[in-house]
Amino acid sequence: MQFGSRRKKLNTDIQTELYGHPLQFYGQPPLENISLTEFETFAVERLKLLKTIENLGVSYVKQSEQYSQKLQSEIKNLNFPYRPEADDRKIQTGPTEYEKRRKDHISHFILRLAYCQTEDLRRWFIQQEVDLFRYRFNHLHPTQKLEFLHKNSLQYDTVSAEEKVILKDKLVNSSYAVSGITVEGQDFYKVPFQDALDLVRTRKVYLKAGYVYIPHQDIVTIVLNDFRTRLSKALALTARSLPAVHSDERLQPLLNHLSHAYVGQDYSIQKNVGKISLEQIDSLSVKSFPLCMRQLHQSLRENHHLRHGGRMQYGLFLKGIGLSLEQAMQFWRSEFVKGKVDADKFDKAYAYSIRHMFGKEGKRTDYTPYSCIKVILSNAPSQGDHHGCPFRHSDPELLKQKLQVYKVSPSGISQILELVKGMHYQLACQKYFELTHNIEDSNFSLSHPNQYFVESQRILSGGKDIKREMDTPKRSQENSAAKGSNTTHEAAANPSQDLADMTDEQIDSFFQDA
Amino acid sequence: MPSSLASDYDPASLPDLLPLYYRRLFPFSQYFRWLNYGGVHKNYFMNREFSFTLKDDIYVRYQSFTTQNEMEKEMQKMNPYKIDIGAVYSHKPNQHNTVKSGTFQALEKELVFDIDMTDYDDVRSCCSAADICSKCWPLMTIAIRILDRALRDDFGFQHLLWVYSGRRGVHCWVCDEAARKLSVAARSAVAEYLSLVKGGDETVKKVVLTDPIHPLIRESLAVVEHYFDQYAIQDQDILGRKESIDKVLALTPEDILFTDFQSEKKPGNRWELVKKQASRKQATAKKGQHFEKEIMLQYCYPRLDVNVSKGVNHLLKSPFSVHPKTGRISVPMDLKELDTFDPFAVPTISLICAELDRPRTGEEEEKMEESQDKENEKDAAERRKIRDYKRTSLAKYVKHLDQFLDGMARSWKGELLKKSDLQKEF
Ligand code: SF4
Ligand SMILES: [Zn+2]
Repeated sequence: MQFGSRRKKLNTDIQTELYGHPLQFYGQPPLENISLTEFETFAVERLKLLKTIENLGVSYVKQSEQYSQKLQSEIKNLNFPYRPEADDRKIQTGPTEYEKRRKDHISHFILRLAYCQTEDLRRWFIQQEVDLFRYRFNHLHPTQKLEFLHKNSLQYDTVSAEEKVILKDKLVNSSYAVSGITVEGQDFYKVPFQDALDLVRTRKVYLKAGYVYIPHQDIVTIVLNDFRTRLSKALALTARSLPAVHSDERLQPLLNHLSHAYVGQDYSIQKNVGKISLEQIDSLSVKSFPLCMRQLHQSLRENHHLRHGGRMQYGLFLKGIGLSLEQAMQFWRSEFVKGKVDADKFDKAYAYSIRHMFGKEGKRTDYTPYSCIKVILSNAPSQGDHHGCPFRHSDPELLKQKLQVYKVSPSGISQILELVKGMHYQLACQKYFELTHNIEDSNFSLSHPNQYFVESQRILSGGKDIKREMDTPKRSQENSAAKGSNTTHEAAANPSQDLADMTDEQIDSFFQDA
Repeated sequence: MPSSLASDYDPASLPDLLPLYYRRLFPFSQYFRWLNYGGVHKNYFMNREFSFTLKDDIYVRYQSFTTQNEMEKEMQKMNPYKIDIGAVYSHKPNQHNTVKSGTFQALEKELVFDIDMTDYDDVRSCCSAADICSKCWPLMTIAIRILDRALRDDFGFQHLLWVYSGRRGVHCWVCDEAARKLSVAARSAVAEYLSLVKGGDETVKKVVLTDPIHPLIRESLAVVEHYFDQYAIQDQDILGRKESIDKVLALTPEDILFTDFQSEKKPGNRWELVKKQASRKQATAKKGQHFEKEIMLQYCYPRLDVNVSKGVNHLLKSPFSVHPKTGRISVPMDLKELDTFDPFAVPTISLICAELDRPRTGEEEEKMEESQDKENEKDAAERRKIRDYKRTSLAKYVKHLDQFLDGMARSWKGELLKKSDLQKEF
């Protein structure tokens, strides 16, 4: 297979141009031959890498020692470029640094195709690529960083010496990277605050009159912002050229397969509708709900109300375990009317949002239950809220009390708190699962509250009657579309078959337009 | 707080008062002047979403009007109980069903903030939920001072319209062009930059400071310090009763014992003890010991509803909308008089409607006749409306909006001048 017909023009100049630096902005699509097998391996391996990045981001503080170590070893294992030097002489086996850079380049462009299709996919892809880029940029040598800026013509305004003197105290107090002694010798860049949102959000930079003052060490923020903007524009362009792909029945399954692989099971397809009666919920909440849902259920019963964040998180979970729309309506109404809301008000103010959850109103999107990552990372609870992940959002002291009430043994509690302290929230939750289900080792890796429920039910029912249908078999994450219709599933089951039928021009044209 | 005026209002009378309000009092011309933003962008007003809450909680979204006149007529016809303002869209919102799905998009909106007293329930001893009183109102004063400073100095915004919501909180509309154009990501970054109090009911310690203390926090602390003694120690009496003392001490490090606390009876001195312990701790520990500051911030720092600020398409109650429960008008606030702002002195719809019925003074009569001679009928009607609100307690709030709009107009002019100067140079 060929990426373009310009192979003959590809000379060493272009190679150095493209792969001369360990890092690139992916400004130019690949223009060379690529074999079928390579195409597939590249795509799958980059996807693996991006998934790892996502998981590490939940379990560790980004850029912490552990995060960097784990990420580095994954990059190494998958043969992506991880070392700043392109010193090939020392390498005896395995691909050369140049080959790795080429793989980095090509695989990025393949995934662009698969991940430009919807807003959600784009957001996910950009987030992981940005994290990867941040890691790699931070690990460049200072000279390479400058080289990179230069090569990509990135120029930023610096702050004058006089202004630095005036603002010295404020600059020192705004960033870890600055001390009274270093201010003078350090370059500061002044950019509109919109270009350094990450630093603004975390209050790690000095802001004055709409400008941020970024010390040289933090320049990665502006570079990342550039990277993010470019990538998101490129994806939008690629998406526009994609209708052609959609009409191609051989290419589409492959791309779907790649893009669905990132979410794993999303529990949006209701397989067990009606299998659960409303009377069961109280006891299920004690036996089989993860802590986050148990907490929501309890406060709903106590306050006869939940605020928006809680209604969404809990409502979608309940939908995922099999409540029908009618049941959900009855469930919420009967609880709310016990509180300050009368039936009339409920029908006016809340019924809509419940139908909405089931895709019966508004844009008619069928909302999917929240994954742990979503619960842990987005929309943190504030005053009056009960949603979120207790392992992440409760004070350790309160979490401890709660676990005591739930009769977790003292040694179990301290194991859980230890994991919480290390910010391994999902592992803490899984530990809680093991302790409350009396098993040594749960054979799954927790990523979804509904998965927690399914696994719990499996164990409680002796592992027989509920088939693995709601769980994602490990293989499917990589080798088949995890959700979607049967046709997609079958078609994607053998991606290389589809690839074989794909013409060079097809693939080529997408890259050219991007 | 004496609420004699509020007690005059009877929610049952609202359907009778609203027609009068929209016919003779609602400041349509200022309102239009605001949302038209100097007519710089042609469809700005036309593509703006309004939504109305009508009688019996009927909620209608996606209202929009081509002209001021059309808006007046519609509002006078529908007499909304409540008006919300939404985003400026790519198309006229009232035609959103006719455009191809996916192309109807929210493009711009003022950057808005919503501070609601209910979010402070865990640190208010006087009231809870929707209730407010003079003892907790200073929380709003503090919030406004802190946010107003930060939005101006840190972000460089200039046109901030602060509005009393009519019941239990305040809103801020940042109207600068740059603010109106902010992306969702930028809005949420701004809101998060400004948020210090984190965590829900499951979190005890909601403010944790780390070194170095950011200039935003220092500036904010200076504001809190100014009010803290009067507000927290005296009015809220947070170190008075045992329960509330325990709540405060729960925020201090475990290894500090306040043994001398019970013998000290004056709350003010008790606070001195806390501060003393804190500075002792700071002298010995290397860093990160700021518990007295954390307490002050947890009790006083503004609590933002981040979700309201984030969304471009989020709706927020409009200025000069009536609060159906209290009858109070949602009025722009003059920060020059912030410290004396009394929410209970904000006029209710029943008050201003009653003021209209007062006999005119001789002077007013004279002016009216004079103008009637000169103007044609339509203008006369317009003039009468202006004089109408001027005869009520609404006048000073409308005047404040006028001043705010003058400020914006000056900066438009400046922009235009700059543009034409540039052109000359080339
Ligand atoms: S880890 Fe996931 S399932 Fe467990 S409590 Fe947190 S969000 Fe819920
Ligand atoms: Zn009060």
